[in-house]
Amino acid sequence: MRFIGTKTYVATPDLMTAVNAAIALKRPLLVKGEPGTGKTVLAREVAVALGRPLIEWHVKSTTKAQHGLYEYDAVARLRDGQLGDERVRDIRNYITRGKLWEVFAAEETRVLLIDEIDKADIEFPNDLLLELDRMEFHVYETRETVKARNRPIVFITSNNEKELPDAFLRRCFFHYIRFPDRETMERIVDVHFPDIKKALVREALTVFYELREVSGLKKKPSTSELLDWLKLLMIEDLPPEALKAKDAKSLIPPLHGALLKNEQDVHLFERLAFLARRESRGD
Amino acid sequence: MFTDFFLKLRDAKVPVTLKEHLTLIEGLQAGICDWSVESFYYLARTSLVKDEAHLDKFDRVFGEVFKGIEGLSPEALLEAIPEEWLKKLGERFLTEEEKRQIQALGGWEKLMETLRERLAEQKGRHQGGSKWIGTAGTSPFGAYGYNPEGIRIGQDRNRNNRAVKVWDKREFRNFDDKVELGTRNIKVALRKLRRFAREGAASELDLPDTIRSTAHNAGWLDVKMVPERHNAVKVLLFMDVGGSMDEHIKACEELFSAAKSEFKHLEFFYFHNCPYEAMWKDNRRRWSEKTPTLRILRTYGPDYKAVFVGDATMSPYEIVQPGGSVEHFNDEAGQVWLHRITEHFRRSIWLNPVEEGRWNWTQSIGLIERLIGRRMFPLTLDGLDRGIRALSR
Repeated sequence: MRFIGTKTYVATPDLMTAVNAAIALKRPLLVKGEPGTGKTVLAREVAVALGRPLIEWHVKSTTKAQHGLYEYDAVARLRDGQLGDERVRDIRNYITRGKLWEVFAAEETRVLLIDEIDKADIEFPNDLLLELDRMEFHVYETRETVKARNRPIVFITSNNEKELPDAFLRRCFFHYIRFPDRETMERIVDVHFPDIKKALVREALTVFYELREVSGLKKKPSTSELLDWLKLLMIEDLPPEALKAKDAKSLIPPLHGALLKNEQDVHLFERLAFLARRESRGD
Repeated sequence: MFTDFFLKLRDAKVPVTLKEHLTLIEGLQAGICDWSVESFYYLARTSLVKDEAHLDKFDRVFGEVFKGIEGLSPEALLEAIPEEWLKKLGERFLTEEEKRQIQALGGWEKLMETLRERLAEQKGRHQGGSKWIGTAGTSPFGAYGYNPEGIRIGQDRNRNNRAVKVWDKREFRNFDDKVELGTRNIKVALRKLRRFAREGAASELDLPDTIRSTAHNAGWLDVKMVPERHNAVKVLLFMDVGGSMDEHIKACEELFSAAKSEFKHLEFFYFHNCPYEAMWKDNRRRWSEKTPTLRILRTYGPDYKAVFVGDATMSPYEIVQPGGSVEHFNDEAGQVWLHRITEHFRRSIWLNPVEEGRWNWTQSIGLIERLIGRRMFPLTLDGLDRGIRALSR
């Protein structure tokens, strides 16, 4: 099993090495990077490329590590006991499996995505140490130990909202998805929109990278936003010349709403455009 | 050699551990990287570095330790490269147009001849320059150069036109200081201040009450629910800004960002040197949008825990004398206001970023310490720990 990118996902050599290391040694891969650089998509694409089913566990602020293992519905059992239901004799009827159990119990190797681990409580990663290291856990209620038949391929994404504990990090491979350079970006655009006009891409990328250079933006536009914007440009069928506006009259790119998601950023950009216009008039 | 690399990384303060080192070796044994330096670099990076803040340090150490590995010696090249191979290499890289350009140097045969001559003449690794074979030069021979007639040596493939080795690029330089470090420790320390209380909608099963009620109910189930537990501690943070505090900005920011995510009820105000009759919330509008201290005392009840953060380093007049403030005329002395605040809130502490050992050297620190009732602690993990114990007692 080796991952070399897919038809819809451009993987850089460093990303490929990291993914292949995680696959070969069956250790989790922690993926960080700017929002919109394809952290979550990576797990999906690897699953597709390897032909393995993907199980996604989306972490929220209220998620506990236990939710991923199993939950014991004591209240339901108590109620059934009152009604004299036969089910009540077997405690296993009241144990609901979590995502990790699902993955561990699977016949074949699966891909598990633990998405946005930093959203959870600060102790969350610590509570999963043993489970992710040994790929097993103990079910207290039934006194059984669930052990992974095949160690799954685990992807963990983080947005850096909370720092992760060292003990947790030691057990993972780590990859930081750097913002793609222009050349990689052209390849990314190419796999998403094979029919797009080359001239349009060239102009759009120039505008896009210039926009990212603007200092003071609250949220820099990222890959996913660029792709949305290109899609809009294609739907509107704008000619590449529309983006070329070097006369400074229309410095704000058309359909900028797809790139700038923040009112202050739009204002900032408008102000800069205004200044640039005044300068060019003074020439 | 790998052990040396490991030790050098630790010397450079990249937090690698033995486990990660063993992972790297395991990865090498599993054959994850083909035997190129670049793929070894990627494997080492993904197994040893766990935080983008350390990537730049890692790149530097890697460049230092494995310098020269990537280039073969010219003698070895001369021995190892058969003419066939060079030809193939040329054909793979040169377009028809470029091949025509080669004529500029007297044709392919001539080019090869010159190459062999130069290889024989040259001793040692070479970089730059316009004649010798090496890297980054304008000679037609060598890698990473600019001569359109150039022949690549030591690079088996055109790797995205990389002009510099990946680790030499140091692309992660920006992350080195941008990411705040240590907030996790601060958060864990602040956790001790939590006091859980049940508030809001009843969403959890209260087992003891359910059993009791069920027993009362002659065995018929009577489920009792209680609200979930929330952190009910309220914190009011007063931070000193400007002047002598500038050198402590990093420590304060860390504390602030950790505190902000840890408490539901956190309010903060800024002051300069010593709290007086007004404070502010936005440093850019500190002159136009002030909040009178009296209003703060009216708004936030005595159950709030007041935490001052400041170096308490100033002229003693700024504390004891009316009109002593350096920025405006204050009708009442700083100590009067400080007294009012500490009287109002049941618990208050002062966190000082200045080292504890140096407190005696500054008179004003002693004054503030006395005013706050000896509850001044250094802004370190240990000090934070002691401070929080003082707050919850």
